[in-house]
Amino acid sequence: MSKSVPLVTTLSQLRPQSFASNLPQKLQGLLLPVIGLLLFLAIWNGVAKTIDTSLGQFPGPAQVWQQAGSLINEHSAQREKAEEFYARQEERNAARVAKDPGYEPRIRPFTGAPTYLDQIWTSLYTVMVGFLIASLVAVPVGILCGLSKSAYTAINPLIQLFKPVSPLAWLPLVTMVVSALYVSDDPMFAKSFVTSAFTVSLCCLWPTLINTVVGVSNIDKDLLNVSRVLRLKPLTHLTKIVLPSSIPMIFTGLRLSLGIGWMVLIAAEMLAQNPGLGKFVWDEFQNGSSESLARIMVAVLTIGAIGFVLDRVMLGIQRVVSWDKSSALR
Amino acid sequence: MTAKHLELTQVGIDFPTPKGPFNALTDVNLKIAKGEFVSLIGHSGCGKSTVLNIVAGLHQATTGGVILDGSEVREPGPERAVVFQNHSLLPWLSVYKNVELAVKQTQQGKSKKALRDWVMHNLELVHMTHALDKLPAEISGGMKQRVGIARALAMEPKVLLMDEPFGALDALTRAHLQDSLMEIHADLGNTVIMITHDVDEAVLLSDRIVMMTNGPSATIGEILNINLTRPRDRIALADNPEYNHYRHEVLTFLYEKQRKVEPVSAHRKNTSKGSSKGKKPDAA
Repeated sequence: MSKSVPLVTTLSQLRPQSFASNLPQKLQGLLLPVIGLLLFLAIWNGVAKTIDTSLGQFPGPAQVWQQAGSLINEHSAQREKAEEFYARQEERNAARVAKDPGYEPRIRPFTGAPTYLDQIWTSLYTVMVGFLIASLVAVPVGILCGLSKSAYTAINPLIQLFKPVSPLAWLPLVTMVVSALYVSDDPMFAKSFVTSAFTVSLCCLWPTLINTVVGVSNIDKDLLNVSRVLRLKPLTHLTKIVLPSSIPMIFTGLRLSLGIGWMVLIAAEMLAQNPGLGKFVWDEFQNGSSESLARIMVAVLTIGAIGFVLDRVMLGIQRVVSWDKSSALR
Repeated sequence: MTAKHLELTQVGIDFPTPKGPFNALTDVNLKIAKGEFVSLIGHSGCGKSTVLNIVAGLHQATTGGVILDGSEVREPGPERAVVFQNHSLLPWLSVYKNVELAVKQTQQGKSKKALRDWVMHNLELVHMTHALDKLPAEISGGMKQRVGIARALAMEPKVLLMDEPFGALDALTRAHLQDSLMEIHADLGNTVIMITHDVDEAVLLSDRIVMMTNGPSATIGEILNINLTRPRDRIALADNPEYNHYRHEVLTFLYEKQRKVEPVSAHRKNTSKGSSKGKKPDAA
């Protein structure tokens, strides 16, 4: 890495204390995180070797890497199996149709266990749906409370009461309510999915709601006066003044909500045994093989990476939507 | 010139505070003729802005009221356009869109082309047609204030209310905008009420200067008629004895009469000298 530093250095660059600050900015931005990461891996590796659990040694980076590979292999193996399964069915059906032209061919779905990648997809899908429902409720209600002091006074006690409630306290209630109310012979979504998504929604509501209220109620007073002088109609007032000026705060709330929703979902899946990454972690824990801890560690890193990516995606959307580019930098 | 254009009668206002109502203004009586340019001058906190906000309809007078062309002012409206001290352009709209928003509100039913022409006409008045697509953050403070004025003019107001429109600008930009404002006023003949801290600005621009006493319970102290011929030229006026006489009158009111009349308010004035609004009024 040091090779990319120009060979010709000025005197000041040779002084050790100013070396780091004189590195080209871009290189520093790349180099420092890499150093941090390497340090982390080294410490992890060192510490892992000293911990012996009943499931064997705590996995180091190498084992985790290996398990990540094997999880992906299992996934492709499962896919191959599924494809073979369908191919066999088609062959059989074709043969039978040749014998008996009146026969209507049927395809049975493949029923193999969901793989790690399937579980990731389930979790992602669930969190997005839960987050979307929460946002569709929280943003309008937040705008209403920000605009109307009486609405805020009426709703505020409820916000304060429900905001600190852990998702896991809701979970049994949500599960029972969903099984009681969501009854249909041919459900569009699995009950477990509805339960998880709804639990996520309940916890995603609050940060968006509170930040939207703060954003809307803190609009520059002069801008509100401009709106009054112009006699803007309520809808124009909303679209031209309220929404643009509160968008940075709304997005802060949305990003917090999505982060919380993602954490909540994993916990809910573990507790309720609903399909997803949480269930994967719990299953591996119950499985208790010598590889389990490494596989759980893969899940931990995946959860972190996905949480990070989700936040970046929100940031990207904010950059597109918000007029204030400076507030969308972090 | 009818004296019945804009009338403030016995206007007073109390603001609720935890310690009971605070009487900010009392017995403000003022008649303004059509096309007149009136400045309100006084020390910080004397309620100049409150008078303006009552005329704008942004505040409700506790006693008395304001009548514009025979009807009472009850709420804000575009016929009493306000130019705010800190421009108050919508930061997410371009220069053009900011003015367009005001035009769309006040000129409903006009064709698209007529709307565009009217926006452009008003931006031309303030010489801002070169920055149509810029956001407010991308132009200088003086330019923002120009656009703010264009937005207010575009509403075709009966009365243009300006709350220290040039207070946040440097002296050169301010002089430039004052000249522009005089031109526009000569062209359009709007009635203007302007709040200022700047004695030169008041004398240069106004037909009348309304000098306010210190609060609480502030009211109109003196009214000074400025009988200088228009168009006025700031360089020629610099040596004009009449101009300097008017200047002297205002300075005397602000620094002698208001200091001597009420010792309590003189103390208030001294303590507020360090604040941002307590600029030296004759520094321009």
